[in-house]
Order: sequence, then C-alpha cells, then structure tokens
Amino acid sequence: MSTQTSEKIQKAQKTKKRITIRFAGDSGDGIQLTGNQFTSTTAIFGNDLSTFPDYPAEIRAPAGTLFGVSGFQIQFSSDNVHTPGDDSDVLIAMNPAALKVSLGLLKENGIIIVNKDAFSDRNLKLAGYDENPLEDRTLDGYQLFDVPITKLTREALIDSPLKSKEKDRCKNFFALGIAYWMFTRPLDTTLDWIKNKFKNKPDIIEANSLALNAGYSYALSTEIFTTSYQIDQAKVEPGLYRNITGNEAIVLGLITASQKAKMELFMGGYPITPASDILHYLSKYRNYDVKTFQAEDEIAGVGAAIGASYAGALGVTASSGPGIALKGEFLGYAVMMELPLVVINIQRGGPSTGLPTKTEQADLLQAMYGRNGEAPIPVIAAQSPADCFEAAYEAAKIALQFTTPVFLLSDGYIANGAEPWLIPDTDKIPEINVKYADPKESYQPYARNPETLSRELSLPGTKGHEHRLGGLEKEDITGNVSYDPDNHDKMIRLRAEKVERLVNYINEPKIDGDESGDVLIVTWGSTYGTMCNVVEEMRANGDAVSWFHLRWINPLPKSLGKIIKNFKHVIVPEINMGQLIKILRAEYLVDAKPVNQVKGLPFNTQDVIDAIYAIKKG
Amino acid sequence: MSDQVLTKEDFTSDQEVRWCPGCGDYSILAQTRKVLPQLGIPKENIVFVSGIGCSSRFPYYIDSFGIHGIHGRAPAIASGIKLANPDLKVFIVTGDGDGLSIGGNHLIHLFRRNIDVTVLLFNNRIYGLTKGQYSPTSERGKITKSSPFGSLENPFDPIKMALASGATFVARSVDREPKHLAETIKMAAEHVGTSFVEIYQNCNIFNDGTFESLTDPKIKKDNIVVMEEGKPYIFGKESDRVLAWEDGSFSVNMHDEASSSLVHSLANSNSSVEFALAELTMDEHKPTPIGVFRKINKNTYDGLLTKQVENVKEKLGSGDLEKLLSSGNTWEIK
Ligand code: SF4
Repeated sequence: MSTQTSEKIQKAQKTKKRITIRFAGDSGDGIQLTGNQFTSTTAIFGNDLSTFPDYPAEIRAPAGTLFGVSGFQIQFSSDNVHTPGDDSDVLIAMNPAALKVSLGLLKENGIIIVNKDAFSDRNLKLAGYDENPLEDRTLDGYQLFDVPITKLTREALIDSPLKSKEKDRCKNFFALGIAYWMFTRPLDTTLDWIKNKFKNKPDIIEANSLALNAGYSYALSTEIFTTSYQIDQAKVEPGLYRNITGNEAIVLGLITASQKAKMELFMGGYPITPASDILHYLSKYRNYDVKTFQAEDEIAGVGAAIGASYAGALGVTASSGPGIALKGEFLGYAVMMELPLVVINIQRGGPSTGLPTKTEQADLLQAMYGRNGEAPIPVIAAQSPADCFEAAYEAAKIALQFTTPVFLLSDGYIANGAEPWLIPDTDKIPEINVKYADPKESYQPYARNPETLSRELSLPGTKGHEHRLGGLEKEDITGNVSYDPDNHDKMIRLRAEKVERLVNYINEPKIDGDESGDVLIVTWGSTYGTMCNVVEEMRANGDAVSWFHLRWINPLPKSLGKIIKNFKHVIVPEINMGQLIKILRAEYLVDAKPVNQVKGLPFNTQDVIDAIYAIKKG
Repeated sequence: MSDQVLTKEDFTSDQEVRWCPGCGDYSILAQTRKVLPQLGIPKENIVFVSGIGCSSRFPYYIDSFGIHGIHGRAPAIASGIKLANPDLKVFIVTGDGDGLSIGGNHLIHLFRRNIDVTVLLFNNRIYGLTKGQYSPTSERGKITKSSPFGSLENPFDPIKMALASGATFVARSVDREPKHLAETIKMAAEHVGTSFVEIYQNCNIFNDGTFESLTDPKIKKDNIVVMEEGKPYIFGKESDRVLAWEDGSFSVNMHDEASSSLVHSLANSNSSVEFALAELTMDEHKPTPIGVFRKINKNTYDGLLTKQVENVKEKLGSGDLEKLLSSGNTWEIK
C-alpha cells in the first residue's frame, strides 16, 4: 500500500535516524504479537533493529493491573542498532496501568498514544490513578494522542459477524495501523501474516485486516496526527536475513553443530524460565536427529545428557540459575569422566527463585567455580541474540573436540530479545571432526592427545574396548580407580591444563581501540550491545576509550594479561555485584574498578557513561 | 548376536572384587556373570550403570562397558544411554539407599516411562558404604549409628513402588537362592521394557541376618512362598499350606489336593492380586513372596521415540540444514 495517497490534510513528514517504540498493555491485549508484527515489517523494510519483550511473571495476570502489564520495545534505525534502546521515543499504551508502568521509560516530550476507551474508572483505580491522567496535568511535557481505539475498532467492524468480544480483540491491529502510518511502514507484511495465521477463519482475517487498515486510515485522515516519520533503510551487509531470538539461535547453533559433527543431538531438560524455549524449539526437530528428553528434574536432565554423550550423541542440557545449582554434582562428574557436554545457563535474576523473567549476569562465578573439588569447565558467553548461534556452535565444537563439559552463558535479555540475523552459508560452516579410538588398537580410556590433552573416547558397542569409568579418581592413562596421592595431584593438574590449553584453539577477541591509554573497559556477555553505544558516545565526546569484550571467560584470552596493564583505568561493567572483576583482579593483579547494577534490567547507556566518568575523575 | 559362545569368565573383569568377605553381593555377581553369556548379547553391547553404595561397585567387576555414576542417578544416566543408542542392553545396579532414597524420584519415572533397561536393586536394609545408618527399607525402631534410640521411620516396599509406578516387569529374589536368583535375573534381562528385580542381600557387617527367616534352611520354607506361573501359592516345610484368595486378600489355608486355590498368572495380571502379594511382605504372619509379581508387555519409551523420529522424518523429510536456518520470515538485502 502506498503511504502517500490523496491526502486531504496537509501533513508533515520528518526524517529520523533512530526511533524506539514501546508497546504496552494487558497480557491479553496482544502486545507481543503487535510488537512482533511491527518488527517483521520494519526488518523487511530494511532498517536495522533490536527488540525486547518484557512480560509479567504471572501467566494470566488480572486485567488492568500494574503487574499484568506486558511490554514490547523495539529500536530501529537507518544506522547500526545494538540494543532495544533505553528510554523510548514513543509509547503506545492500551490501558492506564500500561501508561503508568511505562511512563518512566519514555523520553521527555515523547509521543504517547493511548486507548482512551480503556481509561474507565475501574481501570484507573486498578492502575492507582486518583484522577484521569489524560485530563489532569500528568502528561504535560509529552505529545499525547488519546484515541478512542475500542470505539473506532467497533465502528470499523460494524458489518463483521464476529461477537463484540472478538471484535474488541482486533483493537491491537488498529493501534498497529496508527503506528504504521506514523512511521511510514507498509501494511502488506502484516496483512499476509494475518491471512496465513487465520487460514481457516475468514471472518477473523477480515476483521483483523479491517482494523489494521482502519487504524492506518484514521491516522492518515484525522487532524490530530500531523506528522509522520521516515526512517531510511540501513546500510547492512547484503544477504538473506531473518529475525531471531537468542534462544532460537542457540537451538539452530546446536543443531548445526550436531549435523556438522554427524551426530545425534540429545537434550535432557526440565522446564524453567527463561530456558524452556530451548527445550520447546529443539523438540520440533526430530527429523534433524534431535532427541529431547523432558526429565523428571534438572538433575536427571543433565544425567541423561551425560549418558547420551557417553553413548555417542552430542549431549546438551539447558536451564537457568536454580536448575544449574541442582546440576552441580553431575557437572563435576562430567569433568571427571571427561565427556563432551554443553551446559546452557540462561541467567535470570537471583538468588533462589529471584526474578524469573528478568535478566542478570550473576551466575558467572557459579559457572566458573560452582562445583566441589577442582573442577574447571570452559565458559563461553553469548553477546547478542543472533550471536547465540555462533556461541552455541562453538560451545558444542569445543566440548566434542576437547572431551569436556562447556558452559554456555546467555541471559533473559538476549534469550528473549531479537535482532536480524544474517543467515550463514551452511557450506562455509566447518565440519566438526570427532575422533574415536581405533577399534583395532587396544584401548586406554585416559590416554591423551599430547597437544590438546583431550582423551580419546570409545563408544559402547566397540568390540574389545570394554572398560569401566566413574566419578572416582582415575589413574592416568588406564582410567582405573586410583587413590594414589601423586596420581591425584597429576590428574587435577591435567584437567586444569586441558582447559588452559584451549586458548590455543579459540579465536582471540580483538581489542576495540588502542592497546594502551587512559581507559580500558572489559565486559562479557549480553552487555555487549549497550557497551557499543557507550563506547560510540564516549568517542563522540572526544574521549579515547579501549574496549575488550570477552568471548571465553575460561580460559581468558592470551593478549588480555598484557593489554590490561597498559591502562590507567580498567573498568568492568556487569549486571551483578562484580564477578568478572574478581577473576581479572585475581588473574592479573590489576586495580580494576566495577560498574554494577542489579535491577533485573539491562544497563542504561547513560548510566554506564556517567559511572565511567566518575571513576575517571577519581 | 554374538558369533562366539561366551562364558562367565568372559564377563569377569581384571578388577579385584572389594566387598567384605561374606557379603551377599558376591552371590549376585556370580549369578549375573553366569546369566550374561546366556543372553546371547555381545559383551561390547552391554552397559552396566550404577550409582553410589556397596552395590554400585558392581560395574567394575563385569567385563562389559560400565559406568559408575553418582549417588541415586543411575536411572538418569542409563536413560540417556538407552535413548541415544537403543541397540545397547543396559543394566542398572542400585541399592536401597541409592535407588529408593536419594534416587527414588528417578526410579519411579524410569518405571513410568518403561525404558527398556533392567534394574537390579540390592536391598540390604542398611547403608553399608557409609558404615551403617538406617535406610528407607529398615524397619521402624531399628537401632543404628544414626538412630541410637531407634528409627522413627516406616520402611518402603520397593515392590509396591515399582508396581504402582508402572514397571512392566517386577520381581524379587534372594542372594542365598542362587538358582532362583539366576533365573529371575535372566527373565528380567530378557524382558522388553523396564524390568525390576529386588534382591534381598545380606550385609554381614552392618545388618547381618536381616533376612534370616528367609534364608535359614531350617525355617525358610515356612516363610517364603515362591510364585510360579500356573501354580497355586503353596509353601511350608511340608508344602502343606497355601495362600487362598478370599474377598480381595490372601489368607493362609491348609493345602490339600482337593481344594482349589488361585494360581499365579503373569499374563492375566490383576493389580489387586499383584498388590495383595506385595502386601504379604510386611505381614509377619504370612510368607514373603519371591518370584515374578508382574510381567506385561507395553510400548517402551525408547521404541516409541525411535518410531517418532522415523515418522517425523517420513512426514517432513530428513533434516536439511540450509532449510532449517533459512526458515521463518526471511528477507533479502541486496
Ligand atoms: S558393608 Fe555390607 S553391603 Fe557393603 S560390602 Fe560390606 S557386607 Fe557388603
């Protein structure tokens, strides 16, 4: 649909480089769907973008309540986008509670579009408003558009045979129509989606399509909306793209690794927020030789994955902090058995049950040290939703080739957040060669590759290689149970050395900026996007900063030890109380300074910049 | 199938057996080594999985593939092995502490899923490896290191647990009945589906004589009833008594040739009979049954999973990586 047809009213069009929109409403308002539609349209239009859903922990929170508000934020731009944005430029609020919860996240003079019809006495009271904020001075300083969305949707659907309740459910499409006009987006992507989604329900197709068009036409033709915005296409690398969440990307990365290793993938899991989607998505791919096992608990999930790995599959388990805590004993066992295993932790707010739907980076030390005995496990962290693909592939590759469990850390922020992903050429993804012991030779379970120190596996079914292994200390080479003191010391060192030597086989991350100077920022995981913004803005202010974003936290990159001594200030921002910083201080004896915030939310760019300037000032 | 005939020596590993002299585990090991060659399965296709405890050292002594797991979790490891490679014959060796206390949750779910593995549970009613604390099968009032004034807990009956959670083969035997034990292990190993054998095992160090009434040649016949297919439940030194099925429970009657009483039938299992038989265990006035309580055929989880993978492949075609990565809403930037 053309966006500039026969306008009766003179309307202005402004070009903007970057916009952040927040959709908010009741869980039942279809906010996630609306946000996802806006995202698809925007991606196909050619903007760079990043999104984040923000939904309540309660499954069916009572309508109209503050804790029942579901949000969806998208930042899109004609330039690079690294995060879903801090404060939004536009808020689309479907009820008073949504307005109240989201107002603090809106920029000064930001645009507010509300469904005026939802501002009933009852809803105002549920949201804790004594006065109607649309009528008092609460929203002074914003550009308010109060639209009777429910009423207008009903009018648009007057001829529809749907029941009035069903008609009211179309109002999110009306709101989406307004947004499409305001940001000059075409409607066809969503119209096609509606047709596909409700294939056998022509009345619903008709009603939703009508509502979408009605919203668009309303914005176009009424006088209240005077300005629309143009956000030009971004210059992005050519190729085929799709929008992808972190958890989807992990699943694709794992399947790619198992196919490239010519192995079955076996995932032992147990439902837990925010990791369950990994189990859900994997369970759809039986035809890719993916076996998923929903175990009776977290412990059995990892136990079954270890069993499957022992029998020759790529063993995977995925959970979040509390579940990882339960798996601890088995992880030490996998270290002892030196079996490949991918352990995924989608971190959430802790401790204990904590904040299940919120994000945090506070399980790093758990991954590093959360086991009895000396039990080192390599730790890799994903930095963005799309990056989860490569991180998962790499975690699996290292696990298989180095006969070790590998921790893959992600978090609620990038697990549920989404961004466009340049789909890789499958032929260019390297095969993963997994070598088993030669069946013609006699077998020593704990004989090692002299370079990597990985041990050679022999799968059950290999004649002549029958052997017994367990969690008791092993004798070097034979793998027999051994209580010998010197052997124990040797084996502990061998297991540690194996992880340290990994550093020779993984890509060295590159420092962004000079290798010496005033400020070095060191980060890991999902803060990557925010830190891109921080570094860009600081440089735009004329400040030289260097930035090292870690891919593997265990082992640490080779070059870091040297570089880290070349700076006056070493600053480590983390969404925890300072975990990486403890490792860096211990490892390099540097007086690194932390920037910490643990609100269950990603960093705000400006907060980090302020904190860095404060540290610089001393 | 194996091309050469294996013997019990083929299944004897080079590891020195480290149980206390006189431990009931020796008998179970001997009978298992005897049974394994009879299964006709090449030894490289057999995996023994255990947890932690005296019983769980078992895999070290069998020359097949073996995994000594962690406490209580053998069913989890074994499930993963069997599901990843259904061609393997998988045994779980566990004990009353390992399988019923710390690992109780895993065991019931294994039974419920009917994964094709064989579970041998050595019940000695004590924690042996940790040197003598009461276990979930110890009788109430038992004096042990951790219960100097007597345990306050009621014991668990593993047979009832297995029956209730849906195991498809449930049996009991005794370490001191080698022939019966070997036959029972063999039947269990040949069963398709989760098979469970509770083996009464004497721990002569920490709980000596706990099963004496069932093993002492002078009195055992009065205290054991051997369940045999198609036969009535006759017991007693003189084979003079029989269990009679009356109003939904068993009572002890004198056995004479003329009287007709219920015969044991695995095929037409009736859960009230199964449970009534299991119930006898706790009844000091009635004999303890040994033999097979249940043997039924049901779909196994591993079988269904293999079929599901095949069906999905048939329906959707074998996975194509390129198609997978580029599925969903895609767009092209030129
Ligand atoms: S402690 Fe008891 S069960 Fe353990 S080996 Fe000794 S006799 Fe056997």
